[in-house]
Formats: sequence, C-alpha cells, structure tokens
Amino acid sequence: MQTSTANHENMSAKGLMQVITASSVGTLIEWYDFYIYGAMAPIIATQFFPSGNPTAAFLAALATFAAGFVIRPFGALVFGRLGDLIGRKYTFLLTLVLMGLSTFAIGLVPGYASIGMGAPALILTLRLIQGLALGGEYGGAATYVAEHAPSNRRGYYTAFIQTTATLGFFLSLGVILTTRKTVGVDAFNAWGWRVPFIVSAFLIAISVYIRLRMAESPLFSKIKKEGKISKNPLKESFANKGNLKMVLLALFGAVMGQGVVWYTGQFYAQTFIERTCGVEFEQTRYLLCIAILLVTPFFLVFGAWSDRIGRKTIMLGGMLLAILTYRPIYQTMYSLANTKAKTEIAERTAVNMTAALDAKGDSLYTTTTVKAFTDGTSFKLVEKKTVLADKTKPAPKPESVKTVWLSATNFWIMMLLVFIQILYVTMVYGPIAAFLVELFPTRIRYTSMSLPYHIGNGIFGGLTPFIATRLFDASKTTTNPTGDPYVGLWYPIVIGAVCFVIGLLYLPSKKDSVSQED
Amino acid sequence: MDSLKRISGFLWIALGLAVVYLMMQQAGVEIAAAVKNNKAVLDTQMFWYIIIPIFTPIMLGLCLFGWYAWKGEYDHVVIEEG
Repeated sequence: MQTSTANHENMSAKGLMQVITASSVGTLIEWYDFYIYGAMAPIIATQFFPSGNPTAAFLAALATFAAGFVIRPFGALVFGRLGDLIGRKYTFLLTLVLMGLSTFAIGLVPGYASIGMGAPALILTLRLIQGLALGGEYGGAATYVAEHAPSNRRGYYTAFIQTTATLGFFLSLGVILTTRKTVGVDAFNAWGWRVPFIVSAFLIAISVYIRLRMAESPLFSKIKKEGKISKNPLKESFANKGNLKMVLLALFGAVMGQGVVWYTGQFYAQTFIERTCGVEFEQTRYLLCIAILLVTPFFLVFGAWSDRIGRKTIMLGGMLLAILTYRPIYQTMYSLANTKAKTEIAERTAVNMTAALDAKGDSLYTTTTVKAFTDGTSFKLVEKKTVLADKTKPAPKPESVKTVWLSATNFWIMMLLVFIQILYVTMVYGPIAAFLVELFPTRIRYTSMSLPYHIGNGIFGGLTPFIATRLFDASKTTTNPTGDPYVGLWYPIVIGAVCFVIGLLYLPSKKDSVSQED
Repeated sequence: MDSLKRISGFLWIALGLAVVYLMMQQAGVEIAAAVKNNKAVLDTQMFWYIIIPIFTPIMLGLCLFGWYAWKGEYDHVVIEEG
C-alpha cells in the first residue's frame, strides 16, 4: 500500500479543501435523497401501496427494506468494480447522476389511483436504483478524499465525508419540515411531499457541475500510468485469501458494530421517541435537528484524534460506551414521556366526545382526552370507535393515538440523551473511512472497502429499527399487553458486543501498524 | 494473544452456525403459529423471508472468519495507519 504523503506534499490546504467540498457536497446530497424516502414512507405508502392489496404491501416492504438497505452491497460491488477499473471520478459522478434522476422521478410518479399497479412497480424500481447508487457513492468519495490527503492526517480529512450522512439526514428533516409548514399538513400529504424529491434535481445539478471540474485521484492516476490497475477487482478482492480475510475482519471487527451504533443513535432513537414514548411529530424532529447540529463537529474531532492515538481505540471506545449505556439512556428517555408516573393537574383535564353518522349508517365515536401535568408535560389521547349499522359484521378494532408534548426541561434532557447517542456515532463513524481505506491496496480499494461498509451499515445497521420494533411487538403478550419497551435494544447491544470482542482481539493497534507497499 | 485469537476462532464458527440454526427454527415456529391462528401471516412470512436469505450468507462469512482465525491468519495483522 502506498503512503500518500509523498504524492501530496505539494497539494495546498486550499486545494485539499476544494477536493473535500466537491466530494462532500455530492455525498451529502445522495444521503439527503436516500433519507427523504424513508422519512416519507408512510405518505408514500398511502399514495402508492394501498393497504388492502397484498401484492402492493409486499412491494412496499421490499421498497423500504430490500431496495433501501439490502441492495446497497450490490451497488458496492457494481460501482466498486467500475471505480477500480475506470477511476474514482467518473464512477462517483455516475452514482450521483443515477441517484439524482431516480429521486427526481419518484417525485413525478403518478399515484396508485391514477395508474394502478404500475405506480408501486415504478417506485420499487426507482428505490432499487437509489440503493444501488448509494452503494457505489460512499466508497468512491471516501477513497477519493483519502487518496488526496496526507497519510498522517487522513482521519481528519476523511471525517468531512463522514459528516455528510448526518448532515444529509439533517437537510432532509429541514426540507420536509419547511415544506410541511409552508403548504400545510393536508396539502403536504396530498402533493407537498413531492417537493423535497423535486428539489433534489437542483441540488444534484449543482453537485454534478462541481464534480465535473475535479481531477482524478492522484494515486489512481499513478497506478494507471504504471499499468498496475487491477484487471478483475472482484476476483482480487474476494477470491484472494489475503484480501478476503481483511474484508471479513473489517466487517466483523469494526463496521458491523459501527452500523448498529449509528442506526440506533440516529434512527431507532427517533422511532422510540415517536412511537414508544408518543412524543409529538415536530417536537421529535426539532430535538433531533438540534442534537445533530451540535454533535456534527465531533466527527472531525474524533477523526483528527484517530490520527494521533489510532482508529481502533476511538472506534472500540465508542462501541463499548454504547453497549454499556444504551439501557439506562432509553430508560430515562421513556420516563421523561411516561405520563403514568407524572402528577396530573385535574382541573385542566378535558374530555370531548363527538359522534358522526356516515352514508352507510355506521357511527363513528371520537373521544379526545387532554391532560396537563405538574412538570409541564401535556398529553392528548384520541380514541375512535366505529359501530356498524350491519350488526352481523364484525366490529372494527377501536383505534387510539397518544401524543405527548414534553415540558421545556424534559425536551432539553431528551435532546441531551440523543446528543450522547450521536456522540457515540461520531466516535465509531468518524475514523471508519480512514480505517477502511488503510486496510486495502489502491488498485482494489474501492471494491474492497465498499462491500463490508454496506453490509455493516446497510444490513446490520439499516435493519436495526425494523428488528428492534419487531422484538418490541413480539414482547407484547396477554399478561403484558404493552410489551417491554427496551427489548429492542438487545439487537444493537449483542451485535455491538460481538463486534467489540472481535475488534479488540484481532484489530491491530496503532503501535502495531506499519507502512506497506502495493 | 495469538493462541487466544486462534481458540476464539471456534467460537465464531459456532456462533455463525448457531445463529443460522436458531433463525430457521424460530421462523418455522412463528410462521406455523401465524398460519394456525390466521393472524399476521403475511407480515410474519415477509419478515423471515427477508431476514433468512440476508443473514445466512453473512453468518457463513462469520464461520469463514472463525476458520481463518483458527488457522492463524490473523496472528500478525498489520495495516498502514497515519
């Protein structure tokens, strides 16, 4: 493996920052494109995947999980191979264009009501392209920046790429909240949800313009000039035992644990606050946005620190802290919104009941209960019960929706708890690009690092909310109908613990590291 | 340290195989129960039809990792770090 110091002694700090900006902006926009689909999945489901149609429901699940996460490793293989064959610049330009076009097209697809099953089929196809493009993007951007950076500051410079996933999430939340506020909730659900997808086209156009002006990575150009480019990157990466063992080590000793810590802190926390604790939609997003903004600089802090004390210490430190503190953190989060343990202000309790009769003669009874508590928390419970005119038919199940508004103090405590979780993310994720780049030689780097990254993050990490929610639902029994709210945490804790032990045993420390030649 | 790395290799092989076995067993139990009670059949099937094909090859990868560890492939791992 080549050290890049010699190649970049003459590269100015300004030139390096231009490389980082050009790479980061594109990657940030790709994350934005990827997240807006996830954030609007419930609205997309109503527009494209009608609940009464089992085929559509199957396609919806595929679009959310399979296309969103499972396809990413395939994108890593397809574009990683291309990147090692034709170069980093044109490959991650291609992934950017594919992502932008597919996102823009999602915003234009007519709904199920207009074109029937063609609508979910089109959405699934476009989501597949999104997953493929994302699978190819990250490895290219990380490799490109790392191959420009001096080796003794690689952790710091690649940490800029690491901020893009979190900032892309922040941008998606910001655009969605702004659009929703501007057009109103009803208009947003009807058509306004398309705006963030269409906005993507403008963002991508700017990013493509910036990237077109970039030069190829100097290390890749050098090996190309010397005729040392791999003829078959897939074979060299995965059929060569010397390299395959490093791919497996990267996956099981670092990225697997990093993936679950990331998705627990940034996504499962949101699911838990909103669904399990019942905290109101906008309050949940505001506290997430604040936590993300405050914590983002720590990606750079831990990336830079990893240049001095080693990647392993920081990554495994973050993983260990997460494993040990997840349960107390989530217990505190739950208690902040648990109205059963709070003192109610009886005189401020209001109950409103309405009844409505529809054209078929069915009656809909709605009971709205509003409560306030001494600590400043407020609560609304809406219960809906339908009584059918035709008594021979089975009565539909009553529905109830609980919404909690946290007091100002509890809001900031909740934000702090999310901040701590994302701080763990910055520890495990900040140095990982530099770590992965250093594991593999230049000629097969793009392919070799992309696959473990996307298995660790797309599959182990990406499925965290899905599996944790499933564990929570499975814990609901007739003796305990509310279930165990913390059972979902066992998934990231166990995966994180296994990864921590493997990393501790098998990953070399900084003092063991040496420079290698290709 | 090297002997601990090698001996632990057995643990990773056993863990990989155990996870595959437990996934298959749990899928069988849950799908059978869902069909019997006619409750959430599609949801249960979909969950396991997604999880098993994804995690089985990854767990076989963990077994391969354990095999390499047992054979001493990770005794002297060195990487270039800045």
